[in-house]
Amino acid sequence: MVNSRTIEVWVGIFITIAAMALFILAMRVSNLSLSGEADGFQVTASFNNISGLKVRSAVTIAGVRIGRVTAIDYDPQDFSALVTMEIEGRYDQLPSDSSASVLTAGLLGEKYIGIQPGGADENLVQGSKITLTQSAIVLEQLISQFIFSKGSAQ
Amino acid sequence: MSLIKQLSALMQHLGQGGLNFFQRLGRGHLLLLQLLTGLLPSLLRPRLIIYQIYMVGVLSLIIIIVSGLFVGMVLALQGYNTLVDFGAEESLGTVVALTLVRELGPVVAALLFAGRAGSALTAEIGLMKATEQLSAMEMMAVDPIRRVLLPRFIAGFISLPMLAVIFSAMGVLGGYFIGVGLLGVDEGAYWSQMQGKVEFGHDIVNGIIKSVAFAFVAVWIAIFEGYDAQPTSEGVSRATTRTVVHTSLAVLGLDFILTALMFGD
Repeated sequence: MVNSRTIEVWVGIFITIAAMALFILAMRVSNLSLSGEADGFQVTASFNNISGLKVRSAVTIAGVRIGRVTAIDYDPQDFSALVTMEIEGRYDQLPSDSSASVLTAGLLGEKYIGIQPGGADENLVQGSKITLTQSAIVLEQLISQFIFSKGSAQ
Repeated sequence: MSLIKQLSALMQHLGQGGLNFFQRLGRGHLLLLQLLTGLLPSLLRPRLIIYQIYMVGVLSLIIIIVSGLFVGMVLALQGYNTLVDFGAEESLGTVVALTLVRELGPVVAALLFAGRAGSALTAEIGLMKATEQLSAMEMMAVDPIRRVLLPRFIAGFISLPMLAVIFSAMGVLGGYFIGVGLLGVDEGAYWSQMQGKVEFGHDIVNGIIKSVAFAFVAVWIAIFEGYDAQPTSEGVSRATTRTVVHTSLAVLGLDFILTALMFGD
């Protein structure tokens, strides 16, 4: 029988190791930022075709992830997809005429949104809409265009 | 004539088995009810709980750490061999971390817990019953449920989620040693791809919720089997076996349901 002081020390060590493991998971594995995404702001953009974009897909600028897609809705008015994205609060210096396009990581990789900054003086704020958008490139359409243009040329 | 006799004997056997099953199920739930009603008073005696956390959690630490490291190392080796064919070995970190945090951490930790701690709990309580220590406590007006069962219940319930978190973290480190150290995956890519894909609220919290559910089931089964064991040496050995088998099946079945609910979208 180990005496009770040793046991308490060991239980303390156990709890410390568990807390450290949780800390590693939170900070090193999932990159949970302490500032949180609570101070982020939401912007929307409508696309003709989003192909394989999903909720929680990345929003990037110059290849750096600055936010996530939070909602995808269908807009029956102009038959387009309305994408809502949340951008982290520290990236609030985005010109209001920036354009958004649905891009693919690699040839067959997943879809993400790339933002190209514009030149306006005002910045995007909570609730703004990105008007300049470029839809996803659908591989099948590209191939069929290529085949048909070949056929009509001959 | 003999066919009818055989048939009725079969039916009797079946009915007996069914009745036994439902009786055990009922006794299990009654015990759970008694455990839950005594929960708050027994929190006032933390010393008993701390001793049981030592028995259940601290003594399981070595096996959890070693298995976590090795599971992570194997995941990295296997994942690398598959991913390198697609030129996607950069996403090794994502593969290792998501597999561990969502699935293997909670499940393997629960299975190891059933073998290491659950069986010990059952054997201890069953032997206490077989040697009539529990009856002796009742004679002295000490409630064995509050004095013996509840500290073990609470300790197991607290320990398993912590063990699962430690398992996952160790696995990620093991994957790092093999992936970055041995196979030459870029260190920055290993961590940054992982951080890009693993989300705290979605993946890690759901993994912890899973292991809390497993902890509840594993400890409940272990304590019930011990408390309900036949008070003979054979009965205790059977109860111990049943604890490991039933806990493993329950954890795997529950894991499927929880995964479908959490990640099935």
